[in-house]
Amino acid sequence: MSGDHDDDRHHDHGHGHDHPPGQKHPFQPDLEDSPLSHYQLLQMAVAELMIEKGVFTGEEFRRTLEDIDSRTPAAGARVVARAWIDPAFKARLLADTNKAAAELGIDAGTIPILTVENTPDTHNVIVCTLCSCYPRLLIGLPPDWYKSREYRSRVVREPRQVLAEFGTAIPDGMAVTVHDSTAELRYMVLPMRPAGSEGLDEAALAELVTRDCMVGVTLPKAP
Amino acid sequence: MTAPRFPVGAPVRIRRAWPPGHVRAPWYLRGHRGEVCAVVGDFGNPEELAYGRRDGAKLTLYRVRFRQTEIWPDYAGPTADTLETEIYENWLEPAA
Repeated sequence: MSGDHDDDRHHDHGHGHDHPPGQKHPFQPDLEDSPLSHYQLLQMAVAELMIEKGVFTGEEFRRTLEDIDSRTPAAGARVVARAWIDPAFKARLLADTNKAAAELGIDAGTIPILTVENTPDTHNVIVCTLCSCYPRLLIGLPPDWYKSREYRSRVVREPRQVLAEFGTAIPDGMAVTVHDSTAELRYMVLPMRPAGSEGLDEAALAELVTRDCMVGVTLPKAP
Repeated sequence: MTAPRFPVGAPVRIRRAWPPGHVRAPWYLRGHRGEVCAVVGDFGNPEELAYGRRDGAKLTLYRVRFRQTEIWPDYAGPTADTLETEIYENWLEPAA
């Protein structure tokens, strides 16, 4: 079997720790093994009240969560690829991202998203120092590091060092602009189209666009 | 929307204030000087909405650009590096 820890009787998977024969392998804690936080309880109580009062049904709530969880960076990648091949679309994207995404059949939600364009003069990177604001409906749920205190505090203070740790070296002649999402907008980075991608069609271009390059911590994949 | 108090290009300073409660003006920008780079529009004040006070009053929201070297005196990168964020009008003062 693989490294799955769901059956400790067949202990033939190699990993770096020992435990005496016959003693149970330590379990991965279940969800219920850590106490609920104040805000988790508050969220559950409010959700139950909304359902009880008929503001929305349990099924609507479940469907909304399922919809949010189903979003992936692929939608954002399609938007970026279209912007690379269609300058008029790019202009509409920079003017109104939610509306431009709708042209491609993507429902980016009602919170306005602002697309910030990387150019030879400026590299953009996004963060939310207050919490974890992120263009979820366009590029999916944020990675854990995006919500970490380390990323949030350091990327506004020493963005070039943080980018370098992601393997992204920004030359001194190119300005770095950090966007701190504090309020009503969400941000998405429109990366520059990579050199050597001239012959690629729209679908192949979208394959070069990753989640992290739409956050601005990396560049698109090389073709 | 009426004419905004701070037009694009206006020099502004984030109020040096430390009120308790739900506040959206980041701590690290308080007292710092920037420039309005966009007028986003009029929105409910989150400092009131957070406590269920929904009187319908609107506040103008701006995008403000700061030089990194102005925020962090020991900033190690080029002087052209900037930071942009959204600030509600009640947090802005005119700057010289």
